[in-house]
Amino acid sequence: MTDSDYDEILRLLCDRLSTLTNSELPITPDINLITQLSIDSIKLLNLIMEIEDTFDISIPINGLTDVQTVRQLADLVYKIKSTS
Amino acid sequence: MNLLEKLDSAAAARKALLPDGIGAFGIPIEEVYSATEARIGNRRVLLLGTNNYLGLTFAPECIQAAHEAIDKEGTGTTGSRMANGSYYGHRALEKEFAEFYRCSSGIVFTTGYQANLGTISGLVGPGDTVLIDGDSHASIYDGCVLSGADIIRFKHNDMVDMEKRLRRLDDRTETTLVIAEGIYSMLGDQAPLAEIVRLKKAYNCILLLDEAHSLGVLGETGQGLVEQTDLLEEVDFITGTFSKSLCSIGGFCVSNHPQLEQLRYVSHPYIFTASPSPATIASTRAALQLLRTGSHLRKQLWSNCTQLYAQLNEAGYQLGPDPGPVIAAVVDTPQQALLLWQKLLEHNIYVNLILPPAAPEGKSLVRCSVNAAHTAEQIKYVGETFSKLYSLVNG
Repeated sequence: MTDSDYDEILRLLCDRLSTLTNSELPITPDINLITQLSIDSIKLLNLIMEIEDTFDISIPINGLTDVQTVRQLADLVYKIKSTS
Repeated sequence: MNLLEKLDSAAAARKALLPDGIGAFGIPIEEVYSATEARIGNRRVLLLGTNNYLGLTFAPECIQAAHEAIDKEGTGTTGSRMANGSYYGHRALEKEFAEFYRCSSGIVFTTGYQANLGTISGLVGPGDTVLIDGDSHASIYDGCVLSGADIIRFKHNDMVDMEKRLRRLDDRTETTLVIAEGIYSMLGDQAPLAEIVRLKKAYNCILLLDEAHSLGVLGETGQGLVEQTDLLEEVDFITGTFSKSLCSIGGFCVSNHPQLEQLRYVSHPYIFTASPSPATIASTRAALQLLRTGSHLRKQLWSNCTQLYAQLNEAGYQLGPDPGPVIAAVVDTPQQALLLWQKLLEHNIYVNLILPPAAPEGKSLVRCSVNAAHTAEQIKYVGETFSKLYSLVNG
């Protein structure tokens, strides 16, 4: 995994969130998934399943407890992808 | 937002959804008349929202056993299983569960919730993995969180998705616990156990099956899905509750793995709580005997389930895929569900209301639980009332 891989993960997440939330706010890496994008637990878990299939990884749901921003989610995906 | 303001925010959301007056959650039941009828407010209602599947809450054998236990051993044990809370009855019930499931060991827990909490957190820990169905009960989720293991979900009853996740785990499958349920509490559907067993063997995992809703309901002697599918020998650990078909409170785990006994020394939900009261244990033991010989009760239960499922299906409701004692009408919005729930209560029928995020897929559920003590006339009335209300809710 390289820096460009990380950037690609971040870009994919931003694109997907833009479609999923219909947010008028621009999806930036540091936008808060819950307080700013109003993603509820069901939407988040569905999004996680999509991400898992996209990157062929499994994301433990207890690993999500520290995830609040798009960047933190990208960090988690990158970390799991790097070790799988 | 401080701690108390967070609770205020949640309370405001609840109040916005639920009107004043009789609340759908934690509804006060003033009197219980029988296994099928009670009083709510000034209404004598039909109980279609209990887990009393075999209708044994007033079984004379269970009541007498509980009375005798109180007279002989008092109202409570006042201590944990680890200390002074293992009476003759607790040990006898463990043996009876082990023998019922043809297993070498059985452990009794204080609640069904703790049976899952204690078993899961005792079996796996940090560095291990639990692979669970997306529609798992909260006790399974909470047990997994308590364990510290990585929690991976697969799509509900989707074996392609389950296998995909097993494949991704690679050599970690050897330290993976797969968890499924005999009957799922939201939609009443059953786990595809044969396929789950095939996968757990192919990937060399351990399998835990929670028979909470299927104990007493499935199989000739009421063992649950393991008996119906003839797969008892293939499941590593079976958990269940006393608070449904057995009509008391408590839970159990049985297994042929000798390591089960070690849970008594590592499982906090087993150790750090008082053991079930003597009356609870006594009534459960009596109920277990009735359950084992209760094929006539299961026959009546399934007759009632089939009748109500057919009536709701014919009325046009979206239901779970399998007829069974849990029959859930699925509606799109919480407002529709609340309206249906309220109208049913106005027609003297009590059912369960389940709203997101507890309900799957963001839908809302009006859930009926059928039991063997319901008469054909009662079931017919419930079906006709649902039918009458269909256009009101879906119009």
